Amino acid sequence: MSDALCDLSGAELSAKLATGETSASDVLASSRARIDAVEDRVGAFLTRTDQLASERAEELDAYLSSGAPQSPVAGIPIALKDVLTTNGVRTTCGSKILETYVPPYDATAWARLAGAGAVLVGKTNCDEFAMGSSNENSAYAPVHNPWDLDRVPGGSSGGSAAAVAAGEAVWALGTDTGGSVRQPASLCGVVGLKPTYGRISRYGLIAFASSLDTVGTFTRTVRDAASMLQVLAGHDPRDATSLDVPVAVYTEGLGRGVRGLRVGVVTEAFGEGVEPGVAASVRAAIDRLAALGAEVGKVDLPHAAYALSAYYLIAPSECSSNLARYDGVRYGYRAPGEHADSIAMMFATRGQGFGPEVKRRIMLGTYALSAGYYEAYYGQAQKVRTLVIRDYEAAFERFDVLVSPTSPTTAFRIGEKADDPMAMYLNDIFTIPANLAGVPAISVPCGLDDGGLPVGIQLTTPALDEATLFRAAHALEADLALDLRPPLLEKAG
Amino acid sequence: MSATTYEAVIGLECHVELSTETKMFCACANVFGAPPNTQTCPVCLGHPGTLPVPNREAIARIIKIGLALDAEIAPHSLFHRKNYFYPDMPKNYQISQYDLPICVGGHLDIELADGTPKRVGITRVHMEEDTGKSTHGGGSGRIHDATYATLDFNRAGVPLVECVSEPDMRSPEEAAAYLRELRATLESLDVSDVKMEEGSLRCDANVSLRPEGAEAFGTKVEIKNMNSIRSLERALTFEIERQTKALDAGDAIVQETRHWDEDAGSTTSMRSKEEAFDYRYFPEPDIPALEPDPSWVDDIRVSLPELPRARRDRYVETLGLKPEVARVVVADRGATALFEGAVALDAEPGSAANWVTQDVAALRNAAGDDGALTAQHVADVVRLIADGAVSNAGAKQALEASFASGEPVEAAIDRLGLRQVSDTGALGALADAVLAENPDVVQKFRDGKEGVIGFLVGQLMQKAAGAANPKVAQELLRERLQG
Repeated sequence: MSDALCDLSGAELSAKLATGETSASDVLASSRARIDAVEDRVGAFLTRTDQLASERAEELDAYLSSGAPQSPVAGIPIALKDVLTTNGVRTTCGSKILETYVPPYDATAWARLAGAGAVLVGKTNCDEFAMGSSNENSAYAPVHNPWDLDRVPGGSSGGSAAAVAAGEAVWALGTDTGGSVRQPASLCGVVGLKPTYGRISRYGLIAFASSLDTVGTFTRTVRDAASMLQVLAGHDPRDATSLDVPVAVYTEGLGRGVRGLRVGVVTEAFGEGVEPGVAASVRAAIDRLAALGAEVGKVDLPHAAYALSAYYLIAPSECSSNLARYDGVRYGYRAPGEHADSIAMMFATRGQGFGPEVKRRIMLGTYALSAGYYEAYYGQAQKVRTLVIRDYEAAFERFDVLVSPTSPTTAFRIGEKADDPMAMYLNDIFTIPANLAGVPAISVPCGLDDGGLPVGIQLTTPALDEATLFRAAHALEADLALDLRPPLLEKAG
Repeated sequence: MSATTYEAVIGLECHVELSTETKMFCACANVFGAPPNTQTCPVCLGHPGTLPVPNREAIARIIKIGLALDAEIAPHSLFHRKNYFYPDMPKNYQISQYDLPICVGGHLDIELADGTPKRVGITRVHMEEDTGKSTHGGGSGRIHDATYATLDFNRAGVPLVECVSEPDMRSPEEAAAYLRELRATLESLDVSDVKMEEGSLRCDANVSLRPEGAEAFGTKVEIKNMNSIRSLERALTFEIERQTKALDAGDAIVQETRHWDEDAGSTTSMRSKEEAFDYRYFPEPDIPALEPDPSWVDDIRVSLPELPRARRDRYVETLGLKPEVARVVVADRGATALFEGAVALDAEPGSAANWVTQDVAALRNAAGDDGALTAQHVADVVRLIADGAVSNAGAKQALEASFASGEPVEAAIDRLGLRQVSDTGALGALADAVLAENPDVVQKFRDGKEGVIGFLVGQLMQKAAGAANPKVAQELLRERLQG
């Protein structure tokens, strides 16, 4: 099955669609055949949209045959993390509380892709309300890593990462609040982009932590990430935090290489808790960047050590408020039976509808925002956030790109950290600072560890400089020329 | 008889629904009285993934209010989330403002009934969103034993301005004067319908007592649910009496929120300080800081209309109205418009003001609107009376017709036969006849009993079937009697 259309990159598919060598319906059929072949083992999807996808592909084929101009997105099978709203298609956030929720509108990110001709194949599994790093917090089922079905795909956008790794979708959207795109991309051996906060509209991204939530992309190549961002980026009048600044042409400078680019290696990159296999791959990748002409130096982010703590106050605080709306009054799950009054109904609904991790974070956040504790917790965390932002500003005076591992470990076994929230939280130690600072970052595969599991390297650039991010990531990707095919696909072959 | 004399300390928190075309954070229409849940969208229903985008016009209006109250327009202000659970609040938090409101400080100059001026400080004016409305049903119809609740989200997300006064008022009358002045000011700014009965202007009061002459404030009680200026006065009067009795009896005042029951004429405890919510305020991450462009604020400042206070002064100083009449005209936007219009049409201000505040006011109050009445009607009434073409009573009758149909006053006078005869020729003949018929009365007049002329005028009016101008009639009779 090495020739399957669904294993090609978006750019390759787009070229074939342009010449008429293949059709959107053929591409969809390939993706669907893959889903049928592996989905029972991977479990990437919560909802499949077969009927909609077929209709969409047929429409597109009629459109493409007319010789009309074609977006790089047209005809590409795309999966959406189930925290992005889709008009008329159930959107659960991986939670029981929204099991029956059918949104009456499309998320702006999805609307832009759909408008450019993307074909939605389904909504992907994730940690409940995007809270988790392993996908084990889904209220429905865990997702299995295509590289080793006993292992987690990472989280919270685990379903999207697994779907792209397994060829069930060619591209996918996820959301990244503390690393939820980059970490699963790293664990699944795909490219995961978290753009600048505000670059992609959050309208229709079901909020976990509003000041950190970012729509992100999963692709198998850096070029595809650039093409996808090109369509997604831009101001949205429905999101007051979306940036009203011009969008660069991301694919333009892709081939310019890294000669002269100043690359800063984050001091803690090879510190305690980083697996040797991860450190080795990331080191080797940095050596390649130097060999390609980048000026590599060391950079200190002195407050990054406090970023995790600050994140676990800010994110739960915002979450405690954002998730207050799930009360059984207007939509979603409502606790059955008689209730003493409306408030009792609301509380019963929430008690029954949310899973343990979500409840844990709501309680943390509620406490952190309480009168008398606000300054000590939320206020203090915001100060740390300001310091982290300054760290980046200082670092970017000396460097164009910062590098570190994306995750300190490769994919771990399902259940391995499930009972230890603190160990789980440490997964995001390298990814969280970029969310606090709002800067863009990308995870690119840079090798396999001894166990044959993918390792990702994270690149970070200043706000709105995604172009440099793509340029450096593309140079590394081209130089490493990894063949990243999960063993699952060979067996499925 | 209480041993100590107490002074009341009163502050008001007023909520004003802005009459913008659309809601605060979405594009839904902002209208009152539509069928339930017809003015809603995913944003104001708090659907997952939706985001609030501030309404620029609403921000312009609160800036206008702030400028009218001489507040500082903050160069940097923030929306905050006020978190609490209630079924009529779609997100279970209200987007409001906390420690960085848009308008800071300021004052409102009011005038007490006896004409004494007083300045009431404004603490802050901030922007927030309204909630939906719940209606409880079943059981007795009261909340505590209701068996179901219905929800209407049409009001959810309507722009709401909260205006907090300093505790500067010392009596229910002062509080009422403040609220009247605030209402008139908001009305003149054209930012809100300010209808207390529809809830577009709502008012909560904080009241405490302290011994006369004391500096420190006593324990305050918040009163809610006053639906008119009159009920504010009644509630405060009741509450001051209740607190006085408690203090006289040696009881401590409990810091609490009390509910005003209009029918019972009393307040009852809703919740104590210990039961107060912890709203867990934090900055709204979905909305960037508000940093209004100073030139925009200047534009708004320049566009401010004449405010009631300045208008009142002008009416007294340049139009010669009595202060108490000026106050009544200015307190009501409709009255102001009719008065200004009539004066612009050269009506004599004093009598235009009298008509507007008396007979016209009675008609408008009874109808609840301006009917078909225009300033032209008022000006015509004033002019026709001055010309002697109609009596006061006749003018009033014609005005009623004009109010109902818009018919010009003069046409109404003619149609209803209200025109007075001031023609000295026609009336002179009648006067001759009256004098001829009443020689003994004429004699009495000539003997010095001039008061009897009233009788003769009456006779003449009778002959003229009421359509004589009494002033002209008297003059004609007097000429003849003295001649």
